[in-house]
Amino acid sequence: MKTLVKKISPWIGYLLLLLLLPQFFDSVLAVSIFNQMAIAIVFALSYNMLLGQGGMLSFGHAVYFGLGGFLAVHALILIEFETLTFSIIYIPLVGGLFGLLAALFIGSFSTRKAGTVFAMISLGVGELIAASSLIFVSFFGGEAGVSGDRTYGPPFFGVEFFQNIEIYYLAAAWVFIATLFMYLFTQTPAGRMANAVRDNPERAEFIGYSARWVRFISFAAAGFFAGVAGGLFALNYEFITEENLNAVTSGRVLLMAYIGGLGYFIGPIIGAVVLTLMNSLLSNYTELWMLYLGILFVLTVMFLPRGFAGFIMMHQLAWTRGKLKSLALPYVKTGVPATVFLAICVALIELSHVEGEALHYLGLELSQDSGLTWALLLIAATAAFIATRKTLPQLRNAWIEANHMEDSSGEADP
Amino acid sequence: MTVLSLRNVHKNFGETSIIRGVDLDIHEGEKHAIIGPNGAGKSTLFHLISGRYHVSSGTILYKDEEIQNKTPYEINRLGLARSFQVTNIFPRLNVFENIRCALLWSHGYAYSFWQLLGRQQALNDNAMEVLQQIGLENRANYPAGELAYAQQRALELGIAVASGADLIMLDEPVAGMSHSEAEKAVQLIRKITQGKTLIMVEHDMNIVFDVADKISVLVYGEIIASDSPENIRGNARVQEAYLGEVVSGA
Amino acid sequence: MIEVLIFATLNGLVTGLLLFMLASGLTLIFSMMGVLNFAHASFYMLGAYFAYSISLYLGFWGGLLFAPLIVGVLGALIERYGLRKVHDSGHVAELVFTFGLAFLIEEAVQFFWGPDTKNYQTPDLLDFPLFTLFGQEFSAYRGFMITISVGIFVALYYVLTRSRIGIIIQAAITHPNTVANLGHNVPLIFMLVFGVGTALAGVAGVIAGPVLTTFPGMALVLGSIVFVIVVIGGLGSLAGAFIASLLIGLLQSYAIASDVGMADLLNLLGLEFARDHPLDDLWTLTLPQIAPLLPYLLLVLVLIFRPSGLMGKREQ
Repeated sequence: MKTLVKKISPWIGYLLLLLLLPQFFDSVLAVSIFNQMAIAIVFALSYNMLLGQGGMLSFGHAVYFGLGGFLAVHALILIEFETLTFSIIYIPLVGGLFGLLAALFIGSFSTRKAGTVFAMISLGVGELIAASSLIFVSFFGGEAGVSGDRTYGPPFFGVEFFQNIEIYYLAAAWVFIATLFMYLFTQTPAGRMANAVRDNPERAEFIGYSARWVRFISFAAAGFFAGVAGGLFALNYEFITEENLNAVTSGRVLLMAYIGGLGYFIGPIIGAVVLTLMNSLLSNYTELWMLYLGILFVLTVMFLPRGFAGFIMMHQLAWTRGKLKSLALPYVKTGVPATVFLAICVALIELSHVEGEALHYLGLELSQDSGLTWALLLIAATAAFIATRKTLPQLRNAWIEANHMEDSSGEADP
Repeated sequence: MTVLSLRNVHKNFGETSIIRGVDLDIHEGEKHAIIGPNGAGKSTLFHLISGRYHVSSGTILYKDEEIQNKTPYEINRLGLARSFQVTNIFPRLNVFENIRCALLWSHGYAYSFWQLLGRQQALNDNAMEVLQQIGLENRANYPAGELAYAQQRALELGIAVASGADLIMLDEPVAGMSHSEAEKAVQLIRKITQGKTLIMVEHDMNIVFDVADKISVLVYGEIIASDSPENIRGNARVQEAYLGEVVSGA
Repeated sequence: MIEVLIFATLNGLVTGLLLFMLASGLTLIFSMMGVLNFAHASFYMLGAYFAYSISLYLGFWGGLLFAPLIVGVLGALIERYGLRKVHDSGHVAELVFTFGLAFLIEEAVQFFWGPDTKNYQTPDLLDFPLFTLFGQEFSAYRGFMITISVGIFVALYYVLTRSRIGIIIQAAITHPNTVANLGHNVPLIFMLVFGVGTALAGVAGVIAGPVLTTFPGMALVLGSIVFVIVVIGGLGSLAGAFIASLLIGLLQSYAIASDVGMADLLNLLGLEFARDHPLDDLWTLTLPQIAPLLPYLLLVLVLIFRPSGLMGKREQ
């Protein structure tokens, strides 16, 4: 009973969070960001089924997202012209099924090998479909894409989906269901064998499993959920273009999943939330947000190879031992100058980019023409950098101290 | 009854022949050791039987079924399991999951994505039993990649025997272990292969003569003798080709 | 007809050789470090941009001399302080790192040089037609591109097979530990190879910049094609990369120059289709239209039927 409560409570929390979010932030912008997050979460989780859980590095996952989305928009058009009649709440399922179909076809030859061969086939197929989409105009609509209207379907309990907030609740329901099923998949024999094949495809074959079949199943499932995300995209934006299935979108989902943390189920959710926020909020403040995103990505790969989720989980051991407190002060000591350093770097970058006028930054007004400003910023940056470097060894020692294994902690060999 | 028989098996890599016409019969319940100098082709022979390599010519029969062209997983499903000379586990899965994965196919789950592992009582109990057998029950939640070497070797054995295969092939199971570790491993091997057929490649002659009731000697891709341990000890050809120095030195 | 063929061949040759300059560096880096450098074409773009900036002060030839050096040093530094750090986290992390690097370099280029196309011109010295054939001119600059590319190929071949450092590099590709045990500094060799590989990409950027236009998307245009080439040629095979580069260059050039379409094919078969058919797009397809698709189609086919590539070693 107790374990059941322990298992179910995160899910109830997740559901409540999804349902209550618009109560706290109800602006048009907030709801539109939540909708984007919902799409990104499903997409990033589906990507993690490939890379994080199945060890398949894909550079073309947007294909299934985009194809699902295109079919979903076409389904909306068919509903509009009354060729079909069903509630639009099922649209993500339509997208999912088409994503599944595409994944079944492409997976039939691409999952034979993992590693570089798989990565290259995914790249080739991705480019091939993105390029074809510009040629086959009647289905893909060329550069302009295709658009539909979500309000023509039969109302769902009186809801006609004119407003974004209505779409949000629909998306939230789909996100919850999709997350739940993707999690449950990890707990099935096929899901666990995907991990085993990721770790050691050769040994998996010697315990009765064809690595290819195991990969194929994960691949198909990932295609299905990517298609669901594409369907959600179609519902939210009511149009879709070639850009949604090309390499840029494929790259973005890789970025989300990686920054969030591939090894953890929750990682891609964190990545999707953080990147969507950066995408929509940061772009309001600076034109250079893509540059910051690139820097963040490269730094994450270098210093947090297991992503944000991995960084959080690193503290689990210290936490269970009650030693998290001993880390707090060193964190502050290093964190403050490091943050100051980064803030000044951003100021320098922004300052060099403003044209003519002064830069308003953190309540300061900085002038590009003043040599003094530049000099002060550079000196402050250097000082903050030195302070960070000086305090770093203390943090490292505190870290080692907090995680130090007292040998024979009840686990001694018999 | 003959469980496994090799008939005139050859294996070439390009111009080089590694296995040059091997005939071998393994009987049910036998503990059969294959010995021979380095480079004799012992590991290659294992790879041929278990399906990692395909034979260049010849036939391999397992319970009267030809298996020389089958894939490793097809062969494994027939009831033939093996371990590896170099530890070959699932490093990021925990110890329990390693064993549970090894059990999945024989418990009939195949590629199921509609059953939850946590609810499969018989499967989970079975996995715990195997863990107890190999003495890793208190490491169940450790990532397999972080175990000590001897423990990884025990896990390697566990994965091989977990599925309850009738024929178990162990490739240098105690390689790299200290003397006391090796002794423990031999006890473990005895325990978990009870009532099963065992084929083993091993360099440590004490262990070979301790465990095996039949020994085949492989030299340059050919079996030069296949007999009981006593007769092998006394076989002049074997002495000359391989054992001489070892036995006199021991 | 014949003039189309000749010019298509010449243009294909120019593109193919240019592609090889990128592919050779990528292949060298892959065979040494096992890393497919996603950012390789970004170094090519940096080459073009550096050369453009330098040419404003020192002219084209100054750019040709210094830009590849700067790119090479930058590449070596990135290897030393970035890639080497990521190496411990495994191959996927390395690949993802170079992927992020490509993204970052594109943004950085826009930051420093702005999003618009740069007016990077061919030098006056080479601004004349090399020869005129059937009334069409073949510019001296294209001749110059061919000369440089062939020159680099010969030099590279000579260095790799004849020089001491080349032999060490070849040994380090297959047996890094042995080479290290012989007292050679393998990490230094890695850094050097990465630097040289990126510098080669830089050279390609310098000479391609004026012809293929210098803009922030130029890495993206060529990036995946170069990838396609090294995979089709067989990962790690210089000869394979050479053949694949020419193959792709010529294939695309012929496809663009031809005016054959599905309609012609259907006519040939004596079939006819209504114009308003839903599959109209398919019946009106022309070869120039699918030219950009061909490399990827080839890639997928090669990977399915011969995963080790044209010249790659067969897998066990």
